[in-house]
Amino acid sequence: MAEHRLTFPTSEEDIRKLHAGDLVTVDGHILGIRDRTQIRIFDQGVEPPLELNGAFLLHTAPNVRKLGPGKYEPMCVGTTTSARMVRFTEPLGRDHGVRAIAGKGGLPDEAIEPMAKYGMVYFALVGGAAALETTQIEEIEEVYWEELMPECLWKFRVKDFGPLWVGIDSHGNSMYRDVQSEATKRLEEIVAGL
Amino acid sequence: MSTVATDLRQAVEDAAAHLYVWALKDIPQDLRDALAAAKDRETSVPGRRVLETIVKNVDVAEAENNIVCQDTGIAVYTCRVGEHFPLHPAKIYEALKIGTERATLNTPLRSNAVHTLTRENTGPNTGYRLPIVHWDFLPGWDGLDVKCIPKGSGSENMSFLKMCVPADGVKGIKQFVLESVVGAGGKPCPPGIVGVGIGGSADYAMFLAKEAIARPVGTTNPDPEVAKLERELFDLLNETGVGPMGLGGDVTVLSCHIEHADTHMTLNPVAVNYQCWAARRASAHITPDGHVDFDREF
Repeated sequence: MAEHRLTFPTSEEDIRKLHAGDLVTVDGHILGIRDRTQIRIFDQGVEPPLELNGAFLLHTAPNVRKLGPGKYEPMCVGTTTSARMVRFTEPLGRDHGVRAIAGKGGLPDEAIEPMAKYGMVYFALVGGAAALETTQIEEIEEVYWEELMPECLWKFRVKDFGPLWVGIDSHGNSMYRDVQSEATKRLEEIVAGL
Repeated sequence: MSTVATDLRQAVEDAAAHLYVWALKDIPQDLRDALAAAKDRETSVPGRRVLETIVKNVDVAEAENNIVCQDTGIAVYTCRVGEHFPLHPAKIYEALKIGTERATLNTPLRSNAVHTLTRENTGPNTGYRLPIVHWDFLPGWDGLDVKCIPKGSGSENMSFLKMCVPADGVKGIKQFVLESVVGAGGKPCPPGIVGVGIGGSADYAMFLAKEAIARPVGTTNPDPEVAKLERELFDLLNETGVGPMGLGGDVTVLSCHIEHADTHMTLNPVAVNYQCWAARRASAHITPDGHVDFDREF
């Protein structure tokens, strides 16, 4: 298990250096998206209002306090279950050059192939550890699509964001597939002994 | 902490507003102990690091006076109403609803409530039939107990029901619970509390599963047969290797709680309601003269 530090946005070359099980800390800019944000982009055909090339997308809908027009202070920013949004993985890589998707609980195996093909990774956060995550967010720099509150498109500037595990890498490996495969085997043994 | 109000409806409203935020910020001691013990017994490298991060997060929330998890949940209350409590449940419901709204707007908290078809936000964590209240009525008593359980959606999405048949027996119950937890993987933020409802009817089994997740870690079902099944399932679930956040490890669940009801001779319903590691829970006891005691677990 290697440890890495990356600044986002980043390149395909840097993403290809990561392997499932590695631990990563992130600085720079990350974008918050969620179910409705991606439904708007992909199902309703609305172009995203900013460049997603090289981006780190965090599955989130934060608690915020409004300071003024378009300006918000982070109150509690955590992450949500990623699996609901797995169908957006391929178009995010193919059409937008997204490099990392982060959330909790993992992405199903159908994400493994597009991540290998387009040079993307899935980062696993500790779900529920939002109070800690909030201390790693320096500022909410931009908010787009405020009418989807709290499922807007958020631009955060972060420092020491993590710990993040490479749950799925760009070489066809997935920690989730491995754990599920082992757990299914153990389950069969347990059930046989009931 | 305790308060006294002259207006009983107001006292219930104030209690609800306090309970919702308190539950979100302050993880109960039984959970803290269970998480610390889990951290010490976990042997997988990522699993241990996940649990260290969880324990640190609970401390950071306390130090920063922040909520533990960003998911402020769906507001669920359980109410135990004494026969002689002088406020009608219709008014208790109204007070819980307004208290939830006040907590959401004043803190402020993220509002999660949407119309289930249009997905439009319906208000400050309230809406049609929200919050959800479980009622229990006690004869010969004049008090009111209110427990607030803000239920996160990541774990609520991992709810499962199976109408096993009598021939499936207890083995069928065990198998379904095990398959549910392995199938859920890392999605419900393990290690958490697995709530199991058995018997009754389809809807009542799920109601019982929700009652089960609201119990403190370390409590057992008073029926020795059911308590034995709780212990057995706890051990078996931790043999699956799903581990903290589904990244593999020894600790898949902190606890397994079962609530049961007698059922029809042809029924054998099993419901699973998962509760994440951030098993938020806060209680208050309210007397007929408006005295509110926030330290009481029930």
